[in-house]
Parts: sequence; structure tokens; C-alpha cells
Amino acid sequence: MSTATLSPAAAKADTPIPLRAHLRHTGALIRRNLLWIRQDPESMFDAILFPVVFTLLFVYVFGGSIGKSLGGGQEQYVQYVVPGLLAMMGMNMAQGVGTGFNQDFNSGVMDRFRSLPIGRGSVLFAKIAVELMRMLFATAVLLVVALLVGYDVGSWSGLLGSVALSALFGSALMWVFLTLGVVMKNAQSVQAMGFLVLMPLQFGSSIFAPTQSMPGWLQAFTDYNPLSALADCARGLMEGGPVAHALWVTVIWSVGLTVVMAPVAIHKFRTKS
Amino acid sequence: MTRIDDNPAGGRSAVTVRGLVKHYGETKALDGVDLDVREGTVMGVLGPNGAGKTTLVRILSTLITPDSGQATVAGYDVVRQPRQLRRVIGLTGQYASVDEKLPGWENLYLIGRLLDLSRKEARARADELLERFSLTEAARRPAGTYSGGMRRRLDLAASMIGRPAVLYLDEPTTGLDPRTRNEVWDEVKAMVGDGVTVLLTTQYMEEAEQLASELTVVDRGRVIAKGGIEELKARVGGRTLRVRPVDPLQLRPLAGMLDELGITGLASTTVDTETGALLVPILSDEQLTAVVGAVTARGITLSSITTELPSLDEVFLSLTGHRASAPQDAAPARQEVAV
Repeated sequence: MSTATLSPAAAKADTPIPLRAHLRHTGALIRRNLLWIRQDPESMFDAILFPVVFTLLFVYVFGGSIGKSLGGGQEQYVQYVVPGLLAMMGMNMAQGVGTGFNQDFNSGVMDRFRSLPIGRGSVLFAKIAVELMRMLFATAVLLVVALLVGYDVGSWSGLLGSVALSALFGSALMWVFLTLGVVMKNAQSVQAMGFLVLMPLQFGSSIFAPTQSMPGWLQAFTDYNPLSALADCARGLMEGGPVAHALWVTVIWSVGLTVVMAPVAIHKFRTKS
Repeated sequence: MTRIDDNPAGGRSAVTVRGLVKHYGETKALDGVDLDVREGTVMGVLGPNGAGKTTLVRILSTLITPDSGQATVAGYDVVRQPRQLRRVIGLTGQYASVDEKLPGWENLYLIGRLLDLSRKEARARADELLERFSLTEAARRPAGTYSGGMRRRLDLAASMIGRPAVLYLDEPTTGLDPRTRNEVWDEVKAMVGDGVTVLLTTQYMEEAEQLASELTVVDRGRVIAKGGIEELKARVGGRTLRVRPVDPLQLRPLAGMLDELGITGLASTTVDTETGALLVPILSDEQLTAVVGAVTARGITLSSITTELPSLDEVFLSLTGHRASAPQDAAPARQEVAV
């Protein structure tokens, strides 16, 4: 086995990593995260259980009474809640990314990755790519369950648009949770923190029920809650109706979170000691 | 920035460290460390837990940045040229490890790809290194199912994928049983035979003696001694000869005789009544032979005779002169050792 020669390097600045190399590194790390799933198929349970449990719970437990207030019955509520659940998928999958990444970080393998000549973001981009795949899988499960409980897809292109928006917002949230995953000491605290952030966003929104009956202060919150916007967008795109305001709120939140949190996550990842 | 290529000890320097300082809050993990590792040699960094060994390795692997001072590896500055530096190093140790969920082969293939090998090259390299580290049969099993020794071998293989010029071994055998430790030592020796420069951190004098040609002793973030292994061993009083006569009553006469003949090392002999052995500090093989000769001449029958390296504690205490109750007087080394 030969070893590299120790050429005296000129004191030149560090060389940048070409884009192709970035893609290659990210690809190799995506393969790693996919192998994890193959090695441990149980890690996909949440992606199956979430959509099934939430759909059945809301449709059969709350569906009748909320549907009545919508001027119909359970069928009416199915049409209302499925786009909402679709919006929620991105968020739910994003939450898991922090805990998983934290555990990964606390195993020694991250030090090895960080001592390799790869781009700062590759490890994080790969994680997000695989989580997005999981999200799409969960969305597919949701759609199957929704069709089984009688959901009527108004517009298939609207459905595609909704999934795309959900993925956009989900990936933006993933940067937030990746940052938490890097910064916080253990997986439990990441999970607790995620719960604290997401519970109000999730229930203080138009995902499960219309906001008209909520008190004024809560409506003010839900109006700018990205999850409300995302759910309203999905409804508008699939069922018809106004989408412009909701679309803007969703896009601004997604882009804003990504622009602010991605550099923070990458920086924290690189400098964690 | 001034680059320092000339090593006081001669030969080209693969790792050069000057005045390295790293604080964690109030704790000074590194407090002005200087170090030179010549190309193709193995430098042992010996010290107890918390001496700053791992901090040093982490700075030299660009995982953390120093507060002050400078360090270059293969001519690359750790702060200014981290990417180029990462291309020429390999890291193995208590912290940098492999992905337990991935099979051994996948671990090596992944690192090959991250080091910009083509798919074909990465595959070939993974196969080659598994073969070399006798892991071919376990290639498809998750690394988490490996035994301790197999894990370390996979670690070593992973750090060799990029054909590094400088390899860091951070306490490579901590926590391994003696047989596995010997296995790892053999692998490391073979790697050194290939010409790689090694920076080895360890808590064991024995490991340093097995693998390193030069030694730097660190304590609380400072270098307290450096030099060749033999030189340092001489400074700390070399080895200890443990002589056990069959008849315990002969212990004291034997001790008196050896002290009288003056063939012990820096200190006088000690009687260990508990194990019925006489501890004789020696500095050289000649002294060892002389002791054996003297015992034979007296017609004393021995049940065992063994040599022991000084433990880390003993090395330390003799270098710092802090030994509280001194059966051996380590004072002679003290002045020359100040660095």
C-alpha cells in the first residue's frame, strides 16, 4: 500500500469543493441513510402509523360533529380534514429528523465524516433528502387511507401542488429540527422541544377545524400560522377556492426558515466540538 | 504565517505544532503544546485521562479550532487549509468510529465515495481493505455485531481508505482485552511498515514502547517530557526486574547483595513481601544480565524472573517528581526533563 507524498504545500487558500463532488458526497450519504431503513425497517412505522391513526381518529371521532357544523356530516369533514392532514405530513416527518440526527451525532461516526474533505452541508442535505422520501411515502399512505374512508380528490394536479408545498415547508422545518438536533444534548430534549414548538402550531391552525369559531386572538395567530396557510392552500388547490394569501404565507415561511436556519444548522454542525 | 519545516531532531516534519492553546471555559485542555513528528515515524503521545491528548488530535483533524498557536500537517495549516489537510489524514480512535448500522463493506465503500473515489475504485478499495484486515467474511454484517477487535480493525481499515500520509490513532486499544490489543498492534505495525506517519495517543507505556519510536509525555495540557523511547525510559529509571526466589527467606540477603554490588539502576532494590519478590530497577540489558549472573553465582534458586515497564503513574511521578512516598528516588531526571 503506498501513501501520499508529503508535498510542501504553498500557503494558498483552501480549495473549494466542486458542485459535482457535492452531489456525489450527498448521494453517498443518501445511500447510507437508505441502508439504515433497510437494516431497520421498523423506522418506517411512524410513516405508516401517523397517517392511518390521524385519519381514522379525526374522521370517526370528531368527523360527525365537526361535519355537522360545516353544514353536512362525516363525508363533509373528510373533504375538509384530508387536505389538512396532507399539510401536517411535512411537519410530522420534520420533527423526527432532529431526534434521529441527534442520536447519529452522538455516535462517533460524525467525527469521521467531519474529518473528511466533504462539503459542510452534504451530511445534512442527505438527511433531508431521505426524510423527504419518507414524507412522500407517508403522504402516499395517507392518500390510500383517505380514499378508503371516502375522500374525493377534486383536482389531481392540485393534489400534486399541495404535496410539493408540503415538502417545501417540511424541508424548511427540517433545518430548524436539524439545528436542534445538533445543538441539544440528547434525543429526549430534542423531542420535548419539538413537541413544545409543534403542538400550538398544529392545533392552533385550520388543519382540523375551521377557525371562524375560534376567539379573535387565536384567529390572529392562525392567520399567520404556516400550517393553516399550508392546509388552506391544499384545500384551495384540491377543492377550489382562494389560494393567493395562503400560498404567499406558506412560501414566505418556507423560504424564510430555510434562508435563516440552513446556514445556522450547517455552521453548528461544522463547529460542534 | 511562518511555516516551520525544519525539525530540531532532523528529517522532514509531517506534523508541526507550535504553542497550541485550547481552553474550555476555565479548563486549559491545551496550554502551549509544541510537537514535531518526523515523516515516516510513530510519535507516541503519552498521558493520563484529561491530559489533552484527544483535544490535540481533534485540532489536528480540524474538528475543533485552537484558541492560539499554530499547527501544520503535511504542510497544510489546520485553520487556514482544513479541506486540503483532511485529504491527507486518517483518523481512528475512541471517538471517530464507524456506522454501527451499516455492514462493514458499506462503511468502507461510503468513505471511499466521500473521498472522491469512483464507484469502481471505492468497491475495489473496500474489498482490498476488508481482505487485508481479515474481515472479508464479516463484510455483509452490520458493524454493530462485530467483536471489539473486529470493530477496531474496521476502524483502521476505514482510516486507511484515502491512503493517508498522516494517521492519528487516538487510544486505539483502550478497552480491549490483551489478545485483541496485540492484534491491533500487529496491524498498526504493518501500516507503519508501509511508510505512513503515525501520531498515537495512549495511556499505556507498554503500547508506546510497542509502537512508537519517539514519545511526548503530556499532563494537564502541557508537554512535560519528550524524546526517544529509550532515552525517556532511562530518565524514568528504565524497567523493573521482578525476581522471586523459591525460598522467601533469601529475599533480604539477595537485596543486600545486589545493592552492595551496585548493579541496580537509579534507585535501590525494594522487597515486596506480599508477593515474595524483589524489585530491582534496571537501566539496561547489561544490568539485567549482571543481576542474573550474581544470583546464579550465589546459587539461589529462582521460581520466576520478569521485567516490567514502568506504569504511566510511575513515569509520571518520576518526571514530575511528585511521588509522595518514594521507594525509588527519581530526582536525577528532574532537571533535564523540564521542557
